[in-house]
Amino acid sequence: MTKLLEINDLTVRFSGKRTVHAINNVSLSMEQGETLALLGESGSGKSVTLKALLGLLPPKRSSVEGSIHVNGTDVLSLSGKALQRYRGAEVSMVFQEPALALDPVYTVGHQIAESVMRHKGVSKADALSTALDMLDRVRIPSANRRLHSYPHELSGGMRQRVMIALALACRPRLLLADEPTTALDATVQIQILLLLRELQKEFGMGVIFVTHDIGVAVEISERVAVMYAGQIVEEGTTREIIRDGRHPYTQGLLAANLHDVARGARLNAIPGAPPALEVKPDACPFAPRCSHVMPACRAALPPMVTTEGRRRVACLHADAVVAAE
Amino acid sequence: MSVTETYAPSADTGGPGQPLLIVRDLQKHFPVSGGLLGRTQAKVQAVDRVSFSVKKGETLGIVGESGCGKSTTAKLLIGLTEKDRGEIIFDGHALGERLSLKDLRRGVQMVFQDSYATLNPRLTILDSVAFGAQVQGLADPKCLARKMMDRVGLDPNRFAHRYPHELSGGQRQRVNIARALAMSPRLVVLDEAVSALDKSVEAQVLNLLGDLRAEFGLTYIFISHDLNVVRFISDRILVMYLGEVVEVAPVDSIWAEQAHPYTRSLFSAMPSMDPDDRTKEPPLVGDPPNPINPPKGCRFHTRCRFAAEACKTKVPKLAGLSGNADHLVACHLHDAASGHPKAGQGVPA
Repeated sequence: MTKLLEINDLTVRFSGKRTVHAINNVSLSMEQGETLALLGESGSGKSVTLKALLGLLPPKRSSVEGSIHVNGTDVLSLSGKALQRYRGAEVSMVFQEPALALDPVYTVGHQIAESVMRHKGVSKADALSTALDMLDRVRIPSANRRLHSYPHELSGGMRQRVMIALALACRPRLLLADEPTTALDATVQIQILLLLRELQKEFGMGVIFVTHDIGVAVEISERVAVMYAGQIVEEGTTREIIRDGRHPYTQGLLAANLHDVARGARLNAIPGAPPALEVKPDACPFAPRCSHVMPACRAALPPMVTTEGRRRVACLHADAVVAAE
Repeated sequence: MSVTETYAPSADTGGPGQPLLIVRDLQKHFPVSGGLLGRTQAKVQAVDRVSFSVKKGETLGIVGESGCGKSTTAKLLIGLTEKDRGEIIFDGHALGERLSLKDLRRGVQMVFQDSYATLNPRLTILDSVAFGAQVQGLADPKCLARKMMDRVGLDPNRFAHRYPHELSGGQRQRVNIARALAMSPRLVVLDEAVSALDKSVEAQVLNLLGDLRAEFGLTYIFISHDLNVVRFISDRILVMYLGEVVEVAPVDSIWAEQAHPYTRSLFSAMPSMDPDDRTKEPPLVGDPPNPINPPKGCRFHTRCRFAAEACKTKVPKLAGLSGNADHLVACHLHDAASGHPKAGQGVPA
């Protein structure tokens, strides 16, 4: 079976007033039906990766190198009609702020139906009945009435459910979710996470879930890839990352989650701030903040070490760090 | 002269036994106007019957979902929003009687969530930090500001003449903290002050807040939606729901037993950190109701698994748990005389 996703050496650079090397040689692969969390802080390149996958990067200001294949389709070569067919049908996206992503002047039913008509070529009546079915599946109460609601008439949690219904209406093979629960309250967030988990099983699609919250990653995904400064620094199953994070940055993130930290104790905080990425990193980008740094870290990019199966770490200490802790 | 020596908070008046802040029956309803004549059509009951006190040197954490009145409460405390009703007593002096608003703001300072929106983009960092001290007529505000910047980890020689847009979010939040502390306050209200920061930067700022608390003998009110952060920094936790206080308790006590069904749901909604024990069922269904027309009786009864007739009509009072008077809860399940069929039995498992 073809791989759901194959990203090879993806490099994205934004130019303009200043240059930003947003993504630097990212490679990533996913099997069909897998859920992967992209974990990282702001500016680490999580969202840019998703945008590259949908061909949403502004063509005039960004240069993209490397390759992206989704189900064997070369995404970077798509344009025009082919790109339109691909977006929404093969891969679709749920954004962080549904109030901004939904069109305020159309009812939610209309918006879902529009996407169905476009991709499946069915009549408006059929598309509306698909929309109704989708609203039911995302557990919107009295879906029939909500079909005719405008986005502003819905609460934040409901809007995000609509967003999910819209994204899944054409049964994409891969769903991209860009911090879809960050703007929601905790009690609503957990509802949306469990809903996505259920729908993922039901539809058998792959999911890439971008988040900065390790707890959210644990709830939603089987695998986690940790990003820092436009690179993947570590990847493994959620269990491996949580129980045995090898990269010092992963370890710092785990500690900063404050789960089970003694009250009032001094936190083992990572000092400093992420690099600005105005030049392409030619050494370990985490070295300036790392407590295990050695001269070799500053001399060259650390190689990606694959330890077992699909577990990989980009750190010279990949094995030694664990022993030292 | 070190920065600790320049720190000159107002004198303690009531001794350590007197709470630094007492809030009684605070209320704020925002009118919602509309229609052709712009008449008031409804009221957002943002804060209702809120009472609590903060002891000297303690940190009170306030948690709750958006729209529960956390931030409105904070703004009422320092007079940024005018209260409808209620008393604010700072170290024994009631606001409006023996305490002017200007004096209150000298003693109580606030740090907001959005570090960029709360700094004047046209003022340099140094001018921003010195601004309050200047308004209050403190001696040599610029020198004080430089010392305070240094104390929060911003080298004044590098940062004094920069503008807010030239700083990162973590640095800007340090500026906001320095600006608050330049007034030598005794109480600092931190309204989601670390929520917008990245996790690694958040940890740095939390460490800084802990150090400053010890060094200057500060009292904090720490508002956040992140229970892990609140637990880490607070001594006591206050839980709000739709404008009301539903539970107040020492951290360890509330971590051991969440006495209000809402608090319990809020705690269960925290993502699991164990891949082998993920959350199986969401603790609550639906979104919080609209505070414009909050439910009658107990405001949580529309989402509560244990709601009975009494909950729909009677407003529960905040009262101590039997055997643990420091742990206050407003729930009919804990009040033997409430008329709830399971009254006095506590929250069922």
